[in-house]
Amino acid sequence: MSTEESNAKPLEYRTESGELGIVGFWIFLAAEIALFGTLFATYAVLFGRTADSPLPSDLFEPGSVLIMTFILLISSFTCGIAIHEMRRGSVKGLVIWLAITLVLGLSFIGLEIHEFILYAHEGATLQSSAYWSAFFILAGTHGVHVTLGSGWAILLLIQFAQRGITSITSRKVFILGLYWHFLDVVWIFIFTGVYLIGMVI
Amino acid sequence: MQLDEFFVTGEPLIYAGMVAIALVTSAVIFLLTYFKKWGWLWREWLTTVDHKKIGIMYILSALAMLFRGGADALMMRTQLAFPDMNFLDAQHYNEIFTTHGTVMIIFMAMPFLIGLMNIAVPLQIGARDFAFPYVNALSFWAFFFGAMLFNISFVIGGSPDAGWTSYTPLAGAAMSPGPGQNFYLLGLQLSGIGTLATGVNLMVTILKMRAPGMTLFKMPIFSWSSLITMFIIVFAFPILTVALALLTIDRIFGSQFFTLTGEGLPMMWANLFWMWGHPEVYIVVLPAFGIFSEVIATFARKQLFGYSVMVWSIILIAGLSFLVWVHHFFTMGAGAFVNSVFSVSTMAIAVPTGVKIFNWLATLYKSKIQITVPMMWALAFIPSFVMGGVTGVMLGMAAADYQFHNSYFLIAHFHYVLIAGTVFACFAGLIYWYPKMFGHRLNERIGKIAFWFFVIGFHVCFLPQYFLGLDGMPRRVFHIVPEWFNLNVVSTVGAFGMGIGFAVFVYNIYYSYRYSEREKTGDPWNGRTLEWATPIPVPEYNFAVVPHVDSLDAFWTMKERGESPYDESKVKPIHMPSNTGKPFIMMGILTLASFFLVFEWIWLAAAGLIGGIIMMIIRSFDYDEGYHISSEEIIETERSARGL
Repeated sequence: MSTEESNAKPLEYRTESGELGIVGFWIFLAAEIALFGTLFATYAVLFGRTADSPLPSDLFEPGSVLIMTFILLISSFTCGIAIHEMRRGSVKGLVIWLAITLVLGLSFIGLEIHEFILYAHEGATLQSSAYWSAFFILAGTHGVHVTLGSGWAILLLIQFAQRGITSITSRKVFILGLYWHFLDVVWIFIFTGVYLIGMVI
Repeated sequence: MQLDEFFVTGEPLIYAGMVAIALVTSAVIFLLTYFKKWGWLWREWLTTVDHKKIGIMYILSALAMLFRGGADALMMRTQLAFPDMNFLDAQHYNEIFTTHGTVMIIFMAMPFLIGLMNIAVPLQIGARDFAFPYVNALSFWAFFFGAMLFNISFVIGGSPDAGWTSYTPLAGAAMSPGPGQNFYLLGLQLSGIGTLATGVNLMVTILKMRAPGMTLFKMPIFSWSSLITMFIIVFAFPILTVALALLTIDRIFGSQFFTLTGEGLPMMWANLFWMWGHPEVYIVVLPAFGIFSEVIATFARKQLFGYSVMVWSIILIAGLSFLVWVHHFFTMGAGAFVNSVFSVSTMAIAVPTGVKIFNWLATLYKSKIQITVPMMWALAFIPSFVMGGVTGVMLGMAAADYQFHNSYFLIAHFHYVLIAGTVFACFAGLIYWYPKMFGHRLNERIGKIAFWFFVIGFHVCFLPQYFLGLDGMPRRVFHIVPEWFNLNVVSTVGAFGMGIGFAVFVYNIYYSYRYSEREKTGDPWNGRTLEWATPIPVPEYNFAVVPHVDSLDAFWTMKERGESPYDESKVKPIHMPSNTGKPFIMMGILTLASFFLVFEWIWLAAAGLIGGIIMMIIRSFDYDEGYHISSEEIIETERSARGL
């Protein structure tokens, strides 16, 4: 647990605990891949098992889901800029870009909730069939992750306001960035594997 | 809800259990109050982040769970000893075989091994703690509270009764209403999350915190087996997390994953369960292999034969462990091709395992074997485990499995691998590292008595079950017919022999605490690896000076060269993490939330979940950076511990 710093690396990697935290988070992301992999596999197995409820092709519309996709992709980009601002040492830039990321994340969640309510009105709920159970849990788990990430971003915004950029706060926001990009990748699979395929089959 | 729906009523054995719980709890509270030990308990144990103390807590809990699972086993064996016994009724028997299996795998085998890893791995690799000491405490409390939640079910709400595999549709809401199955789902969920966190934590520890010079292929074999086990945990436990969550949502929120309505697929559960469950088997047996390798090398006084082949076979076994899950349900009817593929992959595991057996034998070959108690467990393991392994290959043949499936042949097989593999290893490892934990050895003579009772009892108990299985006795029956009587009564006698062995083992802990000579050096067994380079008791910082490693068996090399692991001139202040009660409180709150969810009191459960989230927020704002131990203090500690 040495606290010695070397200046050769970015700030978040300079302490041993910072480096360990980041490596640990990468391994945690591997576990998250296994988690989402299981959910995708479940979805694939239960695909088409809609019983008496509507078919996905009846409900899925390209419009709003495409907007959600762009919102999340852009938020990943703004999150990248936030990390870039952190590396430049600009607290102000970091806070602004992280706040934009947060707003985009929250609007994604809002749209997703709106979407779910729409499906429920059409008669597709968690309880209606195996297919819809798998759909809501897969997309919903992603949504819960984005929600947690947004809550985390709020906590970090407060901590940056209090403490500025230190080896600890920079490690935290760097890890949040990894998490955010990961959720973006998962969404790409949901967008293509669930929505696009669901629209045409 | 009426009070008599909340507490389980009407069963004398369960009333006895309630009385026992009340007595033990009040005795503990009385003793802690009488000796004014509450503060000590909080400061030294409940808030600790020290891997050595957490390891001790893991092992003590695992021993308690071994007692509970063992009591279940003895009740089952009593019921099965004679035809038409009425010791347990059908429902109670179902509950007991369910809790026996679940407790033994999830709350005994895994925590026991993780406890030993907690103690030994950082010391073996020359680290001062885990990578994330806070998370380590969180993992322990997740396991502990998960175990408590599961165990309370038999007096409050009713035990789960759908088998430790909890197969759907039987375990679904339609066929198993009530809180029993929910206890299973949420107890496992809590402790599973703890295990997953340990997986990440220990993997980072081993990958990033080894002593300078210790390349991966100079790492002690137990640390290697732990690393690979953590790899399996990281990829297998999320599957369990998802499976448990889906079934929980099925049962409580009415989704249709594993139901018979709404086009649900009950067999999905079996697939998901065993995609975790088979790797889980290797999670509990690979560390056991690591322990035996350490013990055999130490007491054969030789370097482990074929070290790198040993490592590669562990890696190969770990890879294959993800590719065999269908062999648990060949009879599902997936078809000849699918069954053939999984049959071949199953039998392939015997190859690296066989390699390991021959390596242990080759280590023993022409060596001067020291017959200590841990070595006796290791020597008993080899032939016993081979019997379990060979019958495993028999079960792996899909066509033959149609005969063996769900019979006592299977029961005998997996007890032969899990007891001879995992339980023997837990005993061997505990006795081997006991001096590091408590500063004295366990008594050899009493240890040998426990050993003989347990090992003979084990064979007497389970060998007849192979033949019972071939005679057609199915698993999960609560009555036997007269033609199975002889072998069953023999088996029951053996089970009680194991019970006596365990009781003697536990008595030995008390006896040795009172009478064993205290260790004066840190190296009671003339060990080979770095954990023996630390003094006894191990200081909280483990290594005053982190040793430089340039060979396998680093401490052995040091001793051969006449070097001391401790060099006073190199002592520097050491950074330590602060103790914290947050993991205990956070997991306590989440356990309460889970308890509410078990009874499907949704709003209370939601309130508990919010409480857990608030604890996480408090943690996020916690910038406690620990403290430093000064050089003078380290030098003083080392001098007194090393008798300098």
